[in-house]
Amino acid sequence: MVEMTYRDALRQALIDAMTENDDIFVIGEEVGRYGGAYGVTKGLIDQFGPERLLDTPISEPAIVGTAVGAAMAGMRPVAELMYVDFIGMTMDQLCNQAAKIRYMFGGQIGVPMVLRTQGGTGRSAGAQHSQSLEAYVMHTPGLRLAMPGTVADAYHLLRMALTQPDPVVFIEHKALYAMKEDVDLTAHVPDWGKAAVRRRGTDVVIVTYSRQVHYAMQAAEALAGQGIEATVIDLRTLNPLDFDTIRAEVEHVGRAMVVSEGPLTAGVAAELAARISEECFDFLHDPVIRIAGEDIPISVSVALEAGSVPSAEIVEQTARKLVA
Amino acid sequence: MTPPETAAASRTAPQSNTDLLGLYTDMRRVRTFEERVGELFVRGQSAGSMLHLSIGEESAAVGVCSAMRDGDTFTTHHRGHGIFLARGADPNRMMAEIAGKQDGYCHGKGGSMHIADMGLGHLGANAIVGGGIPAVVGAGLVAKRRGTGAVSIAFFGDGAMQQGILYESMNMAALWDLPVMFVCINNQYGMGTRVDQATRATKFEERAIAFGLAGRAVDGLDVLEVREAAAELVDGARTGKPAFLSVDCYRFFGHARKDKSPYRTEAEETAGRKRDPVAHARAALLDAGTDEALLDRIDGDAATEMDATIDFAVASAEPPLSSMFLDVYGPDEPMPEPLATRIDRVLARE
Repeated sequence: MVEMTYRDALRQALIDAMTENDDIFVIGEEVGRYGGAYGVTKGLIDQFGPERLLDTPISEPAIVGTAVGAAMAGMRPVAELMYVDFIGMTMDQLCNQAAKIRYMFGGQIGVPMVLRTQGGTGRSAGAQHSQSLEAYVMHTPGLRLAMPGTVADAYHLLRMALTQPDPVVFIEHKALYAMKEDVDLTAHVPDWGKAAVRRRGTDVVIVTYSRQVHYAMQAAEALAGQGIEATVIDLRTLNPLDFDTIRAEVEHVGRAMVVSEGPLTAGVAAELAARISEECFDFLHDPVIRIAGEDIPISVSVALEAGSVPSAEIVEQTARKLVA
Repeated sequence: MTPPETAAASRTAPQSNTDLLGLYTDMRRVRTFEERVGELFVRGQSAGSMLHLSIGEESAAVGVCSAMRDGDTFTTHHRGHGIFLARGADPNRMMAEIAGKQDGYCHGKGGSMHIADMGLGHLGANAIVGGGIPAVVGAGLVAKRRGTGAVSIAFFGDGAMQQGILYESMNMAALWDLPVMFVCINNQYGMGTRVDQATRATKFEERAIAFGLAGRAVDGLDVLEVREAAAELVDGARTGKPAFLSVDCYRFFGHARKDKSPYRTEAEETAGRKRDPVAHARAALLDAGTDEALLDRIDGDAATEMDATIDFAVASAEPPLSSMFLDVYGPDEPMPEPLATRIDRVLARE
């Protein structure tokens, strides 16, 4: 066991993957000399050189488009988008090109690239640097989507993403970079596409991912002191989506809540709640509750920012009301 | 059939035709193919309603492609049939793809605007204006990194000259000295908008030069001129001097098959259609003493070859419905669950 931050785990995953596979290179703004806006690629340029830590101009569409072409030409690019909020700039290259090339071209070729980015609230970064836009990605067939919530998953999901045959959007959470955990990176983790049941209870299932896993776990601990036992499912990847695990746990318990930092309407929580309601209908005692971001932009104000997205307290209170 | 997982020319494209007769033959094949695409549409056999013909632009496709080599890669735009054909595509499989049939290059999933063939280095046609441009930066980056000596070329129209992605891509290609070339086929119209209604800066090559690329504009009337300019620029690109070429021509017909071009006068169209690179090459060949019967035979061979593409496309099967869920993800990945299966599963309650 070593103590490691989420940031260090991501960096280690890149180091290990790039050491094993010469075709992997990082391309993006400030990834080389600067070391990444959040320090994930710090020092990598010394180890791998400027050709494999390719600093680019501020040209998000062409960063993603270049990665698409490089992937088609046989390499395995890791394109970095400094904030997921910039994904709108790249939507054509990501959703019309990367996501559809295998299908449109009749299976001739895939686009095995990873788009590393980060999202979420927690740094008073304002409306254009704090969003949770995973629903945009999950809504597009052809794109895989990973959102690690733990240090071990930051390492393993990134390593796994770099073996996928298809484009993977890898969304880190900006509030987790400094989080430390004792990890044994050689220990087994669930496979790619499999959820992790972080805790098992009998009263309510909390389905979540990324930072909200920690809020759900805090809520579950508080609830346990009040005689309510919660199951917490960390989805790890949203595409593939491990609905089998969700179904098994919900059918066993009979109550479910979905927690997501993204906006409520037409969001990830909406899709998950719809599927649980549809597929586990006969097992449910109560409606499936969505706990998600308010349908508003994110403010710079610490209070308004925190109030815009779910907290451990809201998860706890909601579970109590649901079980009552 | 095992599809290649990387884009490297494994098949041999026809040798470049350096003489005018060869270029004429290629241009005639492109012209005739496009005429047959029009017929396929009229006969209601085309799956796509979005068919964009490159009649009038043959010298750009044939001239530039004659300067390319095996192993070079390229992307095209929505008006790219001629380019692919000039790079050695099988016209039968092209027509089948345009008709949305199983024997097409993409088994009917791509069509006219998403045709591709990794074997010939065709990284894909594109229905987003400018959408295929940055891929050649990536392919060029890999070619440079691996020292393959290949060039990657993006073909697009004058419409894409006003898209930001072109400038991001040219900037990166110049910054990194990539073996990349950008070819603008300037047919004077982005759909119904004439070039001078879209920009004050109509000398496109100047924009590329401003970014540090080798930039030239050439009159597309003479395929030899196009070929000469392209050869020089492609050779430069191969040694790490990215290039830009604008080929001036005239789009003979409307934007797509249903467009009767009400935004242009008859006089303009008549004058524009006189800028015919195929007729120009034919006249030059006759002037140089080429036997007219030989040219007639070339024309007749093209007609016979391209007539057969319609028969091939019509005879080809529709793709099976079961193929719908194939190739969304990699070959070993689980396929998406069809709607009907899901509904039956959900409603199969005790």
